[in-house]
Amino acid sequence: MAAYIVRRLLQMIPVIIGATFLIFVMVFALGDPVAGRCGERPCPPAYVAKFRADNYLDQPILFQYGHYIWRVLHGDLGTAFSGQPVAQELLLRFPTTVKLALIAVGVEAVVGILAGVLAGIRKGRFLDYLVTISSLVVISVPIFVIGGLAQLVFGLRLGLFPVTATQGTIGQLIMPGLVLGALSVAYVARLMRATLVENLRSDYVRTAKAKGLTPARTVGVHTLRNSLIPVITFIGYDIGALMGGAVVTERIFNINGIGGYLYRGITLKDGSIVVGTVTCLVLIYLLVNLLVDVLYGVLDPRISND
Amino acid sequence: MTDSTSTLVGDVTSGGSGDGSALPPSAPNQAAGYGKPASLWSDAWGDLRRNPMFWIASLLILVLLVMALAPGLFTSVDPNYAVLSEARQAPSDRHVFGTTALGYDVYSRTIYGARASILVGVFSSLVTALVGTVIGLISGFYGGWLDGVLSRVGEIFFAIPLLLGGILFLYVFPNGLNTPLWQQVGKVVLVIAIFGWPSVARLMRSSVLQVKPNDYVTAARALGGSPFRLISQHILPNAVAPMIVVSTLNLGVFISVEATLSFLNIGLRPPAVSWGIDISNASAIGLVRAAPNMLLFPSIFLSVTVLAFIMLGDAIRDAIDPKLR
Repeated sequence: MAAYIVRRLLQMIPVIIGATFLIFVMVFALGDPVAGRCGERPCPPAYVAKFRADNYLDQPILFQYGHYIWRVLHGDLGTAFSGQPVAQELLLRFPTTVKLALIAVGVEAVVGILAGVLAGIRKGRFLDYLVTISSLVVISVPIFVIGGLAQLVFGLRLGLFPVTATQGTIGQLIMPGLVLGALSVAYVARLMRATLVENLRSDYVRTAKAKGLTPARTVGVHTLRNSLIPVITFIGYDIGALMGGAVVTERIFNINGIGGYLYRGITLKDGSIVVGTVTCLVLIYLLVNLLVDVLYGVLDPRISND
Repeated sequence: MTDSTSTLVGDVTSGGSGDGSALPPSAPNQAAGYGKPASLWSDAWGDLRRNPMFWIASLLILVLLVMALAPGLFTSVDPNYAVLSEARQAPSDRHVFGTTALGYDVYSRTIYGARASILVGVFSSLVTALVGTVIGLISGFYGGWLDGVLSRVGEIFFAIPLLLGGILFLYVFPNGLNTPLWQQVGKVVLVIAIFGWPSVARLMRSSVLQVKPNDYVTAARALGGSPFRLISQHILPNAVAPMIVVSTLNLGVFISVEATLSFLNIGLRPPAVSWGIDISNASAIGLVRAAPNMLLFPSIFLSVTVLAFIMLGDAIRDAIDPKLR
């Protein structure tokens, strides 16, 4: 077990270095590093000179990268126009986005697993088709369309939910959370159905049935426990992905989270915000994946023993 | 414990690969017994032909393609011509889908919007498939250190989620207001390809690894077949099926990604006409209330387009591998 965790950690290091290097090359080496740092107008020469000196842009590229990663590791993600350090702003907004992502993951887990299990045990029947087809439709509708329509119907027409979630309280975040999780609900339902159907065919289920166990016990205890493993992994990975995907939802509902901050960076053309936030979100995504992999090893001993 | 997928599997009698679950989905056809031996592809086509989903999706895609190639057939109104005095109208005889906040005709913009989406979807899916296939083939076929290097590089690109990578790339290389459409589309295609190829490469690699140990590959190698011949004649045709399914599904996904980037004001920019841009313009809170038609129609078209490609991909997957259903 310990060896597995260490191995995963060691495998993760080159990926993190590679991904940050990719971001670095895209922004500092290929692109114009001062592009979009001064709003709509080109940067004044004095600013360019200071920026180049501060980032060691006249040094060899590996030295530049080393400097960049050193700063990122020390929590320095640059400074926005307004003079606020990006990292500090992100920290302020972090709780809102985490709340939003957790609501989405909660919805995804409960609704997705339930729908998938129902479809799986009623395979080929009405309920199965209902789940399969509705998940297909949900997968096809882009998240910002779902968001806009939810806002229009549930917020404005029916008045069931607040239209925007500026303060980021739980009550306000419920509808955005549902919207953010909608796509994943469909994926989880499909995945749950597929793994359940596959496992229901396996030998141990036949044995359980032959022993005379009730269908509830056969499915609920024997099959479900095995089928849940890939689903839980998917949901785990999704926490990281949803935090990055929240940019659209936060824009629609005007939520003051990390995604909303990123969107603001895009509209204000503040390069420090965009680059810093994306770097931070990629790192969160990778760390969550790592955590899930480690937990996966705990849940399923077969993984950590290979 | 036979499964009850007989609705689909029932008709697959030719071929003789017997739907054996031990064989990989792309297992070669052994053509045992009577009749004309059916290849995997004619077998799949036979299945596909009987699937109503396939026909619905194809019809929708055909209409969309015509819309993208010749929008003039559907409307004679210029999508970039605004009449401010007719702004924010509800649907009427004159403006079937109503008008936008600036007096553009929503119907015309919705029709013209198909072009950008189809272009981005088709090209990014093609480029991703091409790059992914070549790298996956090399990785799987040669193995060794080459495979190690390519897989690690793929992992790095895979580590950055497509949307975040897209935001960053298009922020650094922005589409200006007067960038021509092909260049804007090219950039979006490029960024999708950069961050999209590793999943295709992984898939291709694993199906190559499934096909490579087969006897016919060993036989071809023993007969002195060159690596190129082995790959092009024996491995690729038998390993390509999952890639085709995923690339078709990707078409829908990438159209959605383009619209999302445009929605964030970072993908395509006006005067390009795109559903993402229009939905973005329609999503201001005041407008959602005052002119919901601006939001509804492009949204419906976008969703139906994505749905059509995903349905097509699902249908092809069911045809190629009934076991998965």
